[in-house]
Amino acid sequence: MTEGFPVDGVAIAVFSALFLLVTVLGFVAARWKRGDLGLLDEWGLGGRRFGTVITWFLLGGDLFTAYTFIAVPALVWAVGAGGFFALPYTILVFPLVFLVMPRLWSVASKHRYVTAADYVKGRYASRGLASAVAFTGLLATMPYIALQLVGIQFVLGGLGIEGEWPLVIAFAILAAYTYTSGLRAPAMIALVKDTLIYATVLVAIIYIPSKLGGWDAIFSSASEELPNRDEPGALIPSGADAQVAYATLALGSAMALFLYPHALTAVLSSRSQDVVRRNMSLLPAWTFLLGLMALLGYMAIAAGLNVSEPNNAVPALFVDMFPSWFLGVAFAAIAIGALVPAAVMSIAAANLFTRNVWKEFVRPDCSDAEESQVAKIVSLVVKVGALVFVIFLPTQFAIDLQLLGGVWMLQTLPAVMIALYTRWFHRWGLLAGWAVGMVFGTWVAASQDFVPVWELPVLSVTAYTALAALAVNLVVAAVVTVVLGARGRADELDETRPRVYEELEETREPAPVVEAGVR
Amino acid sequence: MRRWYLLLALPFLGLLYPPLYSAEDPELFGFPFFYWYQFAWVPLTAGLTYLVYRKTRPAERAPAQGSGRFSRT
Repeated sequence: MTEGFPVDGVAIAVFSALFLLVTVLGFVAARWKRGDLGLLDEWGLGGRRFGTVITWFLLGGDLFTAYTFIAVPALVWAVGAGGFFALPYTILVFPLVFLVMPRLWSVASKHRYVTAADYVKGRYASRGLASAVAFTGLLATMPYIALQLVGIQFVLGGLGIEGEWPLVIAFAILAAYTYTSGLRAPAMIALVKDTLIYATVLVAIIYIPSKLGGWDAIFSSASEELPNRDEPGALIPSGADAQVAYATLALGSAMALFLYPHALTAVLSSRSQDVVRRNMSLLPAWTFLLGLMALLGYMAIAAGLNVSEPNNAVPALFVDMFPSWFLGVAFAAIAIGALVPAAVMSIAAANLFTRNVWKEFVRPDCSDAEESQVAKIVSLVVKVGALVFVIFLPTQFAIDLQLLGGVWMLQTLPAVMIALYTRWFHRWGLLAGWAVGMVFGTWVAASQDFVPVWELPVLSVTAYTALAALAVNLVVAAVVTVVLGARGRADELDETRPRVYEELEETREPAPVVEAGVR
Repeated sequence: MRRWYLLLALPFLGLLYPPLYSAEDPELFGFPFFYWYQFAWVPLTAGLTYLVYRKTRPAERAPAQGSGRFSRT
């Protein structure tokens, strides 16, 4: 992946200064909205007390990851319109979440659930099903953390820094303040990250087109260049295959996003259902930013940049266009942008392991302090794992696994999201559907070299593999539910009550201890 | 009150049928239709979501939010 970018002293200095700033913030965060960090609720969810503004920064910084900012323009650079599905995807995700997530927030707050698997266990009284959901979350999160490192690697490459040691240092720092401050660290760093990212993108989309002769010129050179690729791209998707793939990728990705543990962790850390709902009309500001960022791919084409691999398109464009000092700001924005999701993901993975593996199978009667201590250690282990992964395995491996991650996460939709509305499905049916969906989706993806779309039999159009696997999952779950009937349903063991889900039930009660600080 | 939620179906209808917007013309500020049409849905969806948020909020919450403008349908 080395492009041989020149070493830029000024850019490295600016970059390092900003990196130092967030490091300090990460440690200071432990004292922010002070709580007992010996409780998992405090360490792993920030005490569930973040208001609208913090939640907006945290969720935005968490969902729109550094890798996204590298990979989406890279895909647009490589294939054109097909890569732009990220825009409808991140438009549709918020109305979808507006409907579903307040219910989950409400029930989780009532029963002190920390993870989706906690909820599934409470709802279905099934350790097997809860473990399946926890396992899926862990499996999908690990490569995602690794990809954040990959994002930092590309940025460091752009600065002319080679070798692994800077990456190791960056991650060691990240690991240290996540350990001490928990979710408060990424929440605070997100403020810096988001400001830098906004500044970078706004400057990029005003300054770069002015140097390239305007948007007209950018789109027309992309339109000329894309059909000449080895695999011809297009500025506008044409033909049923491209269009069905586009729509199903957008819908399936939108449905999967908030099943990811790191998304759920950020949602559950908010103070009230109202905060979650209000944020869904504010978060599209990020969508707009991502859409603009995607167009950087076309700018790289218009600038006539030749890169050995698509993921270098954005770094190469920045190196080509920006003066050194701003290059430092832009690259810091992306690298710090990797730290926020990496921290939240490792916390989410730690919460899952602690609650749904350690407490469930190893030490059922462990104390609160032990629970939180285990989570802290797991967050370290997870990050070391990701680092080893990136250093010793090919990057493509992490990318392929992350693609599979979407397929896997979507298979928990029936047990987590549909369960918020109905308990019609039999718990064993859900487990069977999950297992079949996982195997089927993985098999399809692996058998065709990790292309995310699959040619549907009979219909003969290509659609997002994850949605096809979900359809199989639902059919299996429904058939098993009907066949088993009333046997083994354990409906009476459901510890959640219908009232707990009801719209805005929870927000009428006073929020849990809100101490002085940013609301 | 629940009928307001139907508004949230609009972005799905507008975006999940790509033949609707897979076209170059009409252009806007140099952007082909395919691109600006989808960008336009970002503020539109945010606005719709906000509207639904306001319309489905219970009356009890309003004073805490500063602005007193809300309605309960």
